[in-house]
Amino acid sequence: MKQEGKKRIWKEFQKEIPDDHFFFVRSCIRQSFFPGSEQFLIKLLREELGKDIYEDPRHTTCTGIGYHSDVVPFETIQTVVARHFALATERGYKDILISCVTSFGIYEEIVETWKHFPETLEKTREYLYKATKREFEVPRTILHTSDAVYKFKDEIASRMKYPLIDHRTGEPLKAVEHIGCHYSKMFPKYGVGGAEFPHTLVGMIESWGGEVIDYPERRHCCGFGFRQYLIQADRGYSMSNSKKKFESMEPYKPEFVLANCPGCTMFMDKWQYTIKEQEGKTYGVNGQGIPVLTYEELAGLVMGYDPWDLGVQYHMVQSEPLMDKMGIPYDKDKKYIAKDGSKLEAPKNLINA
Amino acid sequence: MKNFGFSSIKPRVIDYDKNNRTVLDYIMEHEPSFALCIGCGGCAATCSAARFTDMSLRKINILLKRGENDEVRRLINKCMLCGKCTLVCPRGVNTRNVIFLTQQAFKKLDNYAV
Amino acid sequence: MPEKQDEHIVIVGAGTAGCTAAGQLAREGYRISLIEKESKPGGKVNNWYQLFPDRRKSEEVLKYLLGEIDNPLINISLNTDIDSIIKEKKKFLVTTTHGELLPADAILLATGFDLFNPERKEEYGYGIYDDVITSVELEDKFHSGAILTSKGVPPKRVGIVHCVGSRDEKVGNFHCSKVCCVTAVKQAIEIREMLPGTEVFCFYMDMRMFGPYYEELYREAQEKWGVNFIRGKVSEASENIEGRLLIKVEDTLAGRPLKMQVDLLVLMIGIENSLSGKRIAEDLDLKIGINGFFSVLDNHYGNNLSNMEGVFFAGTCTAAMNITDTISHARAAVVEIDSYLKSQKKEVEV
Repeated sequence: MKQEGKKRIWKEFQKEIPDDHFFFVRSCIRQSFFPGSEQFLIKLLREELGKDIYEDPRHTTCTGIGYHSDVVPFETIQTVVARHFALATERGYKDILISCVTSFGIYEEIVETWKHFPETLEKTREYLYKATKREFEVPRTILHTSDAVYKFKDEIASRMKYPLIDHRTGEPLKAVEHIGCHYSKMFPKYGVGGAEFPHTLVGMIESWGGEVIDYPERRHCCGFGFRQYLIQADRGYSMSNSKKKFESMEPYKPEFVLANCPGCTMFMDKWQYTIKEQEGKTYGVNGQGIPVLTYEELAGLVMGYDPWDLGVQYHMVQSEPLMDKMGIPYDKDKKYIAKDGSKLEAPKNLINA
Repeated sequence: MKNFGFSSIKPRVIDYDKNNRTVLDYIMEHEPSFALCIGCGGCAATCSAARFTDMSLRKINILLKRGENDEVRRLINKCMLCGKCTLVCPRGVNTRNVIFLTQQAFKKLDNYAV
Repeated sequence: MPEKQDEHIVIVGAGTAGCTAAGQLAREGYRISLIEKESKPGGKVNNWYQLFPDRRKSEEVLKYLLGEIDNPLINISLNTDIDSIIKEKKKFLVTTTHGELLPADAILLATGFDLFNPERKEEYGYGIYDDVITSVELEDKFHSGAILTSKGVPPKRVGIVHCVGSRDEKVGNFHCSKVCCVTAVKQAIEIREMLPGTEVFCFYMDMRMFGPYYEELYREAQEKWGVNFIRGKVSEASENIEGRLLIKVEDTLAGRPLKMQVDLLVLMIGIENSLSGKRIAEDLDLKIGINGFFSVLDNHYGNNLSNMEGVFFAGTCTAAMNITDTISHARAAVVEIDSYLKSQKKEVEV
């Protein structure tokens, strides 16, 4: 495999990522299932890097899952998104930083639609004004939070305490990167590195000392879909997609999966539990699972933040084997202690625990 | 094992490297004209069985070439051996013999339905 | 000997079309300046090993083309490109990149084609995966007498992908490059001939066997050489842990996706109007068709004529063509140029 060929593609798909002043919008899944990631993103940008990141409490869901499940019409979601733009406009922000790949895809789709069909933009302005008396500017850039972490990956590397290296052998840790479909498959030009060989997560892993695995099913969807998992009986379809990926990556013995999409992170993690329960199969070495991390969790880990503050314990597949390899210290007894010091009940049936 | 109300699905993909093509090899050895099929579907269009069943000789030809034998087994017994497929084939494939040979191969190689 | 003509014709491109037209026009007594950007005449024929449909050695056709331009009335300039072409009244002034000034009574554009750069089809990983090669690189392997993978061993299985850069809106090419299907069939046979134990699979969208004996060659590939044909466009190539290529394709006749490992993946790269041709088009305000090639004045009876009087076309700068059709097209251009120059002379005499 020639790395130069990939570098040529990465050079072609470079995206303008502003240096400062982000209007941040959250992800429904992330703030519910692994809230430490968004908390750390804000901390990273605001405190570590000294950037201005603004979050408006009036921001709502983008209704993306409803949209992709055919319960929210396109006109409605355009108006919901336009309202978010209005909040950004009101605060003087031009660059939207989106925590969710589904939302990111939707924002892109809407802004592209407005470019090609200006009458839909006018209609949306009218709907929003009638409903809320708000007005908005179309943002200058639509950013995914992984774009921002990518932008500052080398600054993070310069503050690194525990690089992605097996501290006992000095070997780089092997990692799988998984890009959410809606990050670049719909609009390759808006994703760093495009759709076939995205660079967003590869750039982070390499900058932090790890080695990226290019396995055959790398480009395959995790199976998240939308309406496909809403009904329990359908979920085998979703899970089978993840399974196909695990089977394909297994021979490479990855230490962890790094994903940039909330749905992928959640499903690739939780399906490992389901498959283990149903089929008795795990895909890591020595019967372990493969931890699936967010880029903020990984950034926090390499920078030496307390793993429990980052919330890595809120996945089904636990990260202790990875942290042991990286030489990251952690206190087992504090794993499930709440902010107020009270003890939380430890989840059951975790993998790698 | 826990019951989740769902389970993983067998992939639909034709896994060429895993499939077994001994039935195909047997046909090719005894009926080399089989190589000439271009998938036009003339055979299937005129097929008596195709009118009332899901048998398609065009599809069977492809499935044999890929080694998807289970599906062939299910379909091939619908053939009434009328011979119209051979009559219309623009590439001169002896399709009727392909059917015979497939049945034979299943019996010989799989010890099937003996 | 034909009557000596005073007129001077500049022909751009010394490939199949340029050489053919130059030879015939010189025999009519015209003085020819033949401009070629490469270091030798013969164009793309220099790259090929054997030609379809009869698999004759390409050297034979090359010898014919070189024989055509072996004429004292033809002055060939190699390693030379066109800097500018200016039309003044009925005459042209051609400036070459070497600073030569060539007055001309007529211009024949025989600028040919460029091969599609397969890096633009990122999903095949050309330039990334070591064993993804182009049809041209396979011809080189035939020339060298050995077909080896990047691991230095003969491939056990070869996949051939048709329509790479052709019939593909994603790369801006709607057109069919015509010659790739039959090239694939020819190359599949050549692989089977050199490596009888190697399986060959052609992945095609349609088999477009338009020329004489092409369909017969296709049949021979199946009947005599056991080449496999799977109808469907390969959507993705990747490398597995052993470094073997894994391809995904829809087996459209089975109605199911198919995956397969191959040791070598050959991309049948399509053809596009050459960049040098497009530059001239811009310079002279010549019309370009939706296929990116030069737009001819009439698709049926004026396909050597441009929208500018005195500028003519020959060969693949107007559309994808095989060698036979290119030669015919170039000969037809000779007739058009000859009758144009004769009519000009009459006008002057009157």
